[in-house]
Amino acid sequence: MNLFKRKNYIKINPPEVAPAAETEAPSIPDGMWVKCDDCKKIIYTKEIGPYHLCPFCRKHFRLSAEERIGLICDEDSFEEWDATMTAKNPMNYPEYHKIIAKAQERSGLKDGVVTGKCRIDGYETVLAIMDSHFMMGSMGSVVGEKITRAVERATKLRLPIIIFTASGGARMQEGIISLMQMAKTSAALNRHHQEGLLYISVMTDPTTGGVMASFASLGDIILAEPGATLGFAGRRVIEGTINEKLPDEFQTSEFQLEHGFVDAIVSRVEMKETLSKLLRLHSVEGGTFS
Amino acid sequence: MSNAMEIVKKARMVTRPTTLEFIEMLFDDFIELHGDRCFYDDKAVVGGIASFHGKSVTVIGVQKGHSIEENVMRSFGSPNPEGYRKQLRLMKQAEKFGRPIILFVNTSGAYCGVGAEERGQGEAIARNLMEMAGLKVPIISIFIGEGGSGGALALALADQVWMLDNGMYAVLSPEGFSSILWRSPHRVEEAAELMKLTAVDLLKNGVIEKIIPEHRDGLENHLQFTTEYIDRFLLEELKKLCAMPVEELLENRYQRFRKYGSFTEEDELEKK
Repeated sequence: MNLFKRKNYIKINPPEVAPAAETEAPSIPDGMWVKCDDCKKIIYTKEIGPYHLCPFCRKHFRLSAEERIGLICDEDSFEEWDATMTAKNPMNYPEYHKIIAKAQERSGLKDGVVTGKCRIDGYETVLAIMDSHFMMGSMGSVVGEKITRAVERATKLRLPIIIFTASGGARMQEGIISLMQMAKTSAALNRHHQEGLLYISVMTDPTTGGVMASFASLGDIILAEPGATLGFAGRRVIEGTINEKLPDEFQTSEFQLEHGFVDAIVSRVEMKETLSKLLRLHSVEGGTFS
Repeated sequence: MSNAMEIVKKARMVTRPTTLEFIEMLFDDFIELHGDRCFYDDKAVVGGIASFHGKSVTVIGVQKGHSIEENVMRSFGSPNPEGYRKQLRLMKQAEKFGRPIILFVNTSGAYCGVGAEERGQGEAIARNLMEMAGLKVPIISIFIGEGGSGGALALALADQVWMLDNGMYAVLSPEGFSSILWRSPHRVEEAAELMKLTAVDLLKNGVIEKIIPEHRDGLENHLQFTTEYIDRFLLEELKKLCAMPVEELLENRYQRFRKYGSFTEEDELEKK
């Protein structure tokens, strides 16, 4: 029995490639057993199921973009856009291409977001899904550009857009250019908004920093998965500033609901149904009754 | 000491002239307006209406202090969500009355605290970015000192962004960069150099449009030397921007930010 050794599977990105976020959250290892880091119970991996939930405490484990597409989109309806885009090195950060290559190899992704068009219960929509397995979903040029293009195409096609956010914030290695992605994406969403089109933001674990301070917070409707870490400044930075420990519930989905910054917390099991209902409610014209 | 770090130190100097001093030198009849109409009046952000060469303008900026007491009152120039919401309220007011907006940026970043999180620091910054992209009046942002992260960007989604000789603008502080990326408190100067946060680097990278000269004997000793430049530049630029049709103004602003990005779309594997 080497049950207790399995613990080290739980860390997904080592600190050097996950600069801006908590790294201790769980992902699903290939082993037979995994320990839920919320309720600490040992779980037989097959019990986690397609929704990747802890069978004991319903903890939502982090999903890959691909897994999420499988849960949200109608079968074979997802058409990916800009799939080959990869980062260059605007700041000449030492060995940035190596960091990117390593993250690509580890995650099987080109960068931290997958974008495209799909159907959800028949409703056509643009979809962007961030993936925390690539450098903690940090936003550099590629994430910013792909999100912006997705929003621009949604505007042109007069479609809704749904963005699943998962990000530690701006990608420090790209310096000021990563900061500018906040402005770029927000400006694109402004145009989508001006056209009277629907934007649903779904915050998943973790959504913090520059992504929280740009497109994640701009949804007409903002949903959140239960128990996600959602906030602007890092917990440890605040703890350092005020010199005391913050309670566990600080910067959770439940905290954000309580303070009025998300519309609803939706379990992963009900996410597709909820999105489908929202798309349906926005597909009929409001106004006069006859 | 590296050149970049020297500039960071100058940008942070407690004697450096603050937003209210620039307003005093540049505008007539400034009347300060307070509060976000929701929660409270964040004294880290000051703003109001003033007259510039006989025309009304809205001026807003982050306000630091020259003493500890004053800095405590101003949260050391780190706005809470209410500061950004006050800024948005005054910008919307400017739009209603057709006044150009002039913003002064001087912040190490948005305030970092429990209350700021509870009241939606992220949402406040995001809202400003989205709304500024659509404001139908000219916006000019001037970095007079520090410009840190999203907390500075929230005042800088503008038609033109200018910076004083010893201003700076970065995604985070060089101290933060060194400790987060290199896990070391000792590589701050190297970080400052690498981050390309000086006015000269930012001009080269197209992040700012103009560098405004400072007197070599210190901005604090010769503020008028600098404000005379600002006065001339503002007059020139506002003439152009105010004459521009709104659609063109907004399209230019959109494209100004649309261009940022460094990526490739060639599939390297396929090529090989």
